[in-house]
Amino acid sequence: MDEFVNLKETELRLGLPGTDNVCEAKERVSCCNNNNKRVLSTDTEKEIESSSRKTETSPPRKAQIVGWPPVRSYRKNNIQSKKNESEHEGQGIYVKVSMDGAPYLRKIDLSCYKGYSELLKALEVMFKFSVGEYFERDGYKGSDFVPTYEDKDGDWMLIGDVPWEMFICTCKRLRIMKGSEAKGLGCGV
Amino acid sequence: MGLRLPSKVLEHILSFIDSNEDRNSVSLVCKSWFETERKTRKRVFVGNCYAVSPAAVAKRFPEMRSLTLKGKPHFADYNLVPDGWGGYAWPWIEAMAAKCPSLEEIRLKRMVVTDECLEKIAASFKDFEVLVLTSCEGFSTDGIAAIAATCRNLRVLELRECIVEDLGGDWLSYFPETSTSLVSLDFSCLDSEVKISDLERLVSRSPNLKSLKLNPAVTLDGLVSLLRRAPQLTELGTGSFAAQLKPEAFSKLSEAFSNCKQLQSLSGLWDVLPEYLPALYSVCPGLTSLNLSYATVRMPDLVELLRRCSKLQKLWVMDLIEDKGLEAVASYCKELQELRVFPSAPDLDEANIPLTEQGLVFVSKGCRKLESVLYFCVQFTNAALLTIARKRPNLKCFRLCVIEPFAPDYKTNEPLDKGFKAIAEGCKDLRRLSVSGLLSDKAFKYIGKHAKKVRMLSIAFAGDSDLMLHHLLSGCESLKKLEIRDCPFGDTALLEHAAKLETMRSLWMSSCFVSFGACKILSQKMPRLNVEVIDEHPPETRPESSPVERIYIYRTVAGPRMDTPEFVWTIHKNPEIGVSHLAIK
Repeated sequence: MDEFVNLKETELRLGLPGTDNVCEAKERVSCCNNNNKRVLSTDTEKEIESSSRKTETSPPRKAQIVGWPPVRSYRKNNIQSKKNESEHEGQGIYVKVSMDGAPYLRKIDLSCYKGYSELLKALEVMFKFSVGEYFERDGYKGSDFVPTYEDKDGDWMLIGDVPWEMFICTCKRLRIMKGSEAKGLGCGV
Repeated sequence: MGLRLPSKVLEHILSFIDSNEDRNSVSLVCKSWFETERKTRKRVFVGNCYAVSPAAVAKRFPEMRSLTLKGKPHFADYNLVPDGWGGYAWPWIEAMAAKCPSLEEIRLKRMVVTDECLEKIAASFKDFEVLVLTSCEGFSTDGIAAIAATCRNLRVLELRECIVEDLGGDWLSYFPETSTSLVSLDFSCLDSEVKISDLERLVSRSPNLKSLKLNPAVTLDGLVSLLRRAPQLTELGTGSFAAQLKPEAFSKLSEAFSNCKQLQSLSGLWDVLPEYLPALYSVCPGLTSLNLSYATVRMPDLVELLRRCSKLQKLWVMDLIEDKGLEAVASYCKELQELRVFPSAPDLDEANIPLTEQGLVFVSKGCRKLESVLYFCVQFTNAALLTIARKRPNLKCFRLCVIEPFAPDYKTNEPLDKGFKAIAEGCKDLRRLSVSGLLSDKAFKYIGKHAKKVRMLSIAFAGDSDLMLHHLLSGCESLKKLEIRDCPFGDTALLEHAAKLETMRSLWMSSCFVSFGACKILSQKMPRLNVEVIDEHPPETRPESSPVERIYIYRTVAGPRMDTPEFVWTIHKNPEIGVSHLAIK
């Protein structure tokens, strides 16, 4: 039993050596988070990655810990879906669409479309342009126009990167970029 | 020659022994007792489907009439076990179909059940009567249809919180017109609408129907019509309560309920509008079990309902009940034995409900029969835990989830060690304990020392070091299941107490500091333990000292399993072979 008395020295901790305060506990939470990446579906994984980049300076939101609080997904889904149903019933998901150079904005209902190809086709018709072809690595090639959207965090993202369901939930507005500004996103890094 | 009980006499004596724990003891006395016991055991329970092979069980208990199996570890409920881990029902169904065709009852929990399994059950067991699937997945409504169509004597069909591929509501129409044996039907987890006329006819021709749990797709009108046909129900799970509020609708509903004079258990109540709650008032005085955990009803309405439930023994509710509501429960529901309070906002973003530790303190003080608690709360205090322990030494199950990880006593800023010490010391009959909040190793010293009867222990975000695990594994005499996540202990304690692990059903650890090297040593040291490393990365690609993502260790007489997926690594007992995963598609 004596050998355990000095365990403090060999204690495994996640904080930096010398840190002893409780706030390192919050660090623990985010470190442990990484170990559970495998368990997450790609949607949540991406959400966590993008929001953890965002909250570098603030403590990690508890909502990001996998399986915590320990509520069965069956239960979570049943409460959430009831909430969502009442929010979206009868209302579409309307977002503004702007295009560089166009005099005025348009509005579209994202819930009318089943996926990206339908959405992009509709935009092409609405603004009379073409987006070119989407490549996962390089973005859109073959056109001066690049379709982007502003997400919940206020960042401008390339349309098509995340799964459609996730896109609808996080998209705040669309913008079809053109010309030199578009080069950064459209032609690969 | 010796006093040997003739086997006929022994058989007769054993026919009075139902408890499997007792029967297990009986079977250890001597060979002839083992033989007599095994030939007379009708109800077989296997707590871990990988602890023993289906063939061995079928062979040992040829007179089996009822089989209960559990598959995935408990933390699978919270998405900590990746999909595809295992827990397949098929090998069991196949073995029983061949060896125990008189099987009448199958109960499965956290297992993967396919349509093939269900079809096999329907085809193989002529006297099949009871199918209960809890938290299972892998099947569709086609499989259910097969059961409905073929099992002539089906009494019980319950799908509890299963993930079912819903291909429509037709399955219900597969119950033949001649089927009149139903006693219990639970399809609350299915999405699709069933044809109400089919359901009405089924209910009408089932005079023994006592328990009916509908899915949310069944409307209030449907409910009224069903209640009229089955006023003898003792358990009811309603469908959706949302409907346009019409005066006739309300009075019809009220009347239908008032005719159900034997109703004891009520659940469902999805989307219940507060305006409809008074329709339930007539059944409240007789209710012993009420599940409002899916009802987003708020305070004054909740109390109006609960104050009429003087016989209530079991209450499941959301934190919308607030401290005030629990105070009312403490004064009106004096028979309360089990309380579960769930969070209404599991994602914590909107956690703003006036439910604190005080609510649980009220109930602990007012409800003398309270023995089982599950309570989600943002933060807690030692003082509250001390009061609860002092007032309710008869607690058997205490699961506290302090939602904020590492939250100390918010009044004193100390760890919750003292509080949980009081619980462990004071509640001598405690069988199940879940701890949370800020806890140091000391808390586990107390738990190890005092929680002598605890069989299942769940721990998250707690402890400081290896001492924590050391205390638990060197104490907790009755420990059978230990599940731990995100705690900073490592190899030493685990290896030192390897022998203890064989006295337990299983140990789950995720996001701790156990190294792959230690897993190897443990596995090679303990031949009757399966040490499963569940990790995205092949252990050989990392240094042996690096921690693995998840470990699941369980005792088994069946050896390493043959159905592991690619992310589960079983360590060969033979040190020369090292690691393998014996994945067989």
